[in-house]
This record gives sequence, C-alpha cells and structure tokens, in this order.
Amino acid sequence: MKGKVLSMQEAISRFVADGDTVVMGAALEPMIPFAAGHEIIRQGKKDLTLVGPISDILFDQLIGAGCVRKVVGAWIGNVSEGSAYNFRRAVEEGVPAPLVLEEHSNFSLALALLAGQMGVPFLPTRTLLGSDLARIHPSFKRMECPYTGDKLLLVPALKPDVAILHLPRADAMGNGQIWGSTGLTKEAAMASKRVIIIVEEVVEREVISHDPSRTIIPGFLVDAVVEERWGAHPSPVPGHYDRDHHYYTRYHLETKDREGFLRWLEQWVYGVKDRKEYLKVLGKDYLKGFRIRTRYLSTPVDYGC
Amino acid sequence: MEGPTPAECMVVAGAREIRDEDCVFVGMRLPLLSFQLAKETHAPHAVGIFETGLLRDRPALRSILTMGDLPNIAGALWTTSMLDIMSLLQSGKVSLGFLGAAQVDQFGNVNTTCIGSYRSPEIRLPGSGGAADIACLAQRFVVIIAHERHRLPGRVDFITSPGFGEGGHWRENQGLIRGGPSAIITTRCVIRFDPATREAYLHSIHPGSTLDEVLENMEWRPRIPKSVPTTPPPTEAELQIIRKYDPEGFWTR
Repeated sequence: MKGKVLSMQEAISRFVADGDTVVMGAALEPMIPFAAGHEIIRQGKKDLTLVGPISDILFDQLIGAGCVRKVVGAWIGNVSEGSAYNFRRAVEEGVPAPLVLEEHSNFSLALALLAGQMGVPFLPTRTLLGSDLARIHPSFKRMECPYTGDKLLLVPALKPDVAILHLPRADAMGNGQIWGSTGLTKEAAMASKRVIIIVEEVVEREVISHDPSRTIIPGFLVDAVVEERWGAHPSPVPGHYDRDHHYYTRYHLETKDREGFLRWLEQWVYGVKDRKEYLKVLGKDYLKGFRIRTRYLSTPVDYGC
Repeated sequence: MEGPTPAECMVVAGAREIRDEDCVFVGMRLPLLSFQLAKETHAPHAVGIFETGLLRDRPALRSILTMGDLPNIAGALWTTSMLDIMSLLQSGKVSLGFLGAAQVDQFGNVNTTCIGSYRSPEIRLPGSGGAADIACLAQRFVVIIAHERHRLPGRVDFITSPGFGEGGHWRENQGLIRGGPSAIITTRCVIRFDPATREAYLHSIHPGSTLDEVLENMEWRPRIPKSVPTTPPPTEAELQIIRKYDPEGFWTR
C-alpha cells in the first residue's frame, strides 16, 4: 500500500477544513460516504457547505450535528422513509442552527458540477423553466439562445473544495473504480479542488490497468485513499453489500425529536472511535444479512493488443 | 383473492398510462409497481430509466426500496451517469415520467418543496430531486397522489414541478417546448386535461368511490362530463402481479 493511503482520521483532518464546500453522496442512493461523514462530525468541522443531489440521511446527520452552514442540493430526506427531521428542524425552527439553502433539481445540480468539471462559467438548460426553483435561486440567469431564440436557463459552475467519494476499489495511488450506476460521481470528483476516496478494498495497480473502463477518477486528481470496509453502510456498494433498509427506518423513528437525535449521535458517532467500533456495535451476524446473496458476474473482456 | 386496496387501484391506473415501447422515467414506490405490471401485461417493450444512471427492461431481481439497491443494478442493460439520463429527458427521448406529490393543483402543478411560504414554511418537504426535470422535459407526466383535501388545493404553495402553470399557453411562454401532465391519479379517481384549453376534467372514478366523495375531498373542481365512467377495476391477474412484486404490501397496503 502506502502511496496516498491514509487513515480516515488523517484524511479528514488534512483535507477537510472548516468553511469548506464538500460534495458527498454524488452517486445518489448507493455508495454514500457515511464513515467519512461521521469522522467529520467527530472532528467537529464547522460552517461546511454540503453539495449533493439526494443526500439521503447523511446530510441530515451533519446538519443535526451542527457542522453545516449551507446545503446546495436537490432533495434532502430519507429516501425509503420520507422526511429527514434534522433538516426540517433546521429550516422550520432554526435548530440547532439556521440553514442556508441553495436548491437545485437533480439536473441543474448535475450541470453546475459539469460546468465545474469542464472549466466553463455556466451551462445552459431547458429544465426548471416555469419552476419556482428557478425564481428563488440566487444565481440562475436566463438568456435567449443566440442561435435559435429559445428561452434557456443558465446554471453557474460549482467548484467544491473537496469531493468525498465512496467506491468499491482503488489502487494506492487513487485510481478509483466503480461499477453499476454512477450518478454524479465523475462530475463531483472532476469539479473539485481536492478528492478523497473511501474504498472497500485497495487493490494492486494491475487490477486497475486490466480494466480501465471502470476507472471513474484517475489517481493524479486524488489526494487521499482510505480503505474502510463497510464504510458506506447503511447504503449499498456494488460487489460488496446491499442497503440496510432497517437502519434507515430506525433512524427515522429515533430522530423525530432533537433529544432522540442526540441519543442517536452518541450511540453511532461520538460513542465509537472509528468505523471498526461502529461495526462492532452492529455485530458480525447482523452485517452478514446484507452481503451479496446472488452472484451476478461479468464476463472478462480482452484489452489485449 | 382479497379485493383491491386504493393503492392497488392507483398502481393499475398508472400501468394503463404506460404504452408499449414507452421510455419511462420510473421512480420508486407505486410507479415502480405500475411499470412492472405494464411490462408483464400490455407494454412488454417499454424500458425503464432511473436517475441514478440505469436502464432496465425487466423487473429487479428482488423487490427494492430504492433505485440504488443492488437487485436493481443486477440485470440492468445500461448503467451510466445521471447526466446521460437527464440528457435523454432534455432531448425529448423520454415519453413518460411519474411524479409523487405533496400537493397538486387544478393545472397539474406539483409541490414537493414546502407547505406554507418558502421562507418560513410550516412543513419543509425534501424538495425536487429529479421531479422538476421530469415535469419540464418529459413528453408527458402522470401525478400519483392520495385523494385528500389538503393535497388538492386550488393553487400549490410552491411550484416545484410545473404543470400547465396558469393554463392556456403558460408552458410555451416559460420556454418549455413540450410536455405537461397527462393525468392525475388519486386514490379515488383519474383526472385528465383538455388538450386545447388545458382545463382539468374528471375522467373516471375508481370503484368504491362516489362523485360526492371525490369533490368533497378536493379544494378545486375539475370539469365534470355528463357521465363519468367507473375506472375499470383491477383484474385478478393484475392483482396477482402487483402482489408478487409487493408481497409484504409495503407500498400498497
């Protein structure tokens, strides 16, 4: 190993600063970097701007823990249960602190990150015309297309300070691979100034170079690689484990009031030192239930020459 | 077999909105069941796309609660990025999308953002996700909603996903080059829109509901034709398929 491999504690401490704009959960429901989010909470990071399309309950946890000043996103909730209560408390009651919102649709957020990736100041789109989201957004603009005269909405580029991605595997230099649907993973990584990747498994360089079609981010853009098994639990990771729906249900029921959330935080974040201790609380037998049950292997392809 | 629940009536009505060879922006919950039902009945060539970046032409390997669950990825025909899926929408290649809603109004405008004012909401809802994109860009969209008075206000508190706006040529004036709602499917009825005036009208009432119950439980009043047919009830075969994909009744009980 070595290369760019760091512990979670080191990676978050070195590459996430107070006040940073951090993109996480870019793959949508799968591969959400929960372990990294929990380490951010433990390190008491403050005034973060979180960027992500549908953050599931990770953003809710960071909001409740008081790490967040602003969210740039399209949907903030609990995907299988509905509402996320810390988000609601922050917006409805200013608890634990008021939250600044810059709301997108999934597509407009994708375009903002793509513009960041491409190095252009904005991208035009036909989406959100007529939506109140276009009316309230602080920096969307409109233009008439100089070629067709069509009405277009302009989405300004987003360039986050740091992207935190969870991936199935990478080599020690940060060449990261993914399979299955990818959401905004590539755009998030390529738009950001720094990239931390959390992986289930650090593999040899040859594993990557024998299947480069699966590489979503090349290592030269990556600052840190963290090997953290089950680091995305309760979200799924292709090739490793499926979604723990029950955990989302329990979170939903246990965090309805602030006191319940604080108890949750104590049990699952402050009460454990790292992901390994979190996994001990869950227990090996419990985790077994989410391992791959039905293999669905791809046929190897020949990259030979 | 036990008779259909209101949710099962909605699933069946939703499935009937899907045409063979449609490219359907599926979503989760009831529309996913509608898609699976349509595939096994009248629309075997329809394909389903998911905004995580995925296309399938067959049901997931096991029942799923989110589009990112592994049984939805296994057996897919295309896994890709969200931008590819959104590009299909923007370029007009998606024929139908389904939207859930907290509120829908007489012009089919959908709210999933907030109850009350945006700046100080009584209830803050999760937001758009991909819903606004579907409403703006798909060839047509269908709204699925529980038939309750507070969910069917004359005007939504916030237009997350635009329908026909204020009616007439509102969509065109905004710059939307296609689309709009083709149906609102509630737990009691199906509402459609006059293609010329974009005025809502009551299309059919589900078995077990009456016209009075439909109207009492909504704030706005769709045009009511001289005779309103009953929504054809789910067949035994249709119910069997739904219960195969939702064995615990997680979505339909």
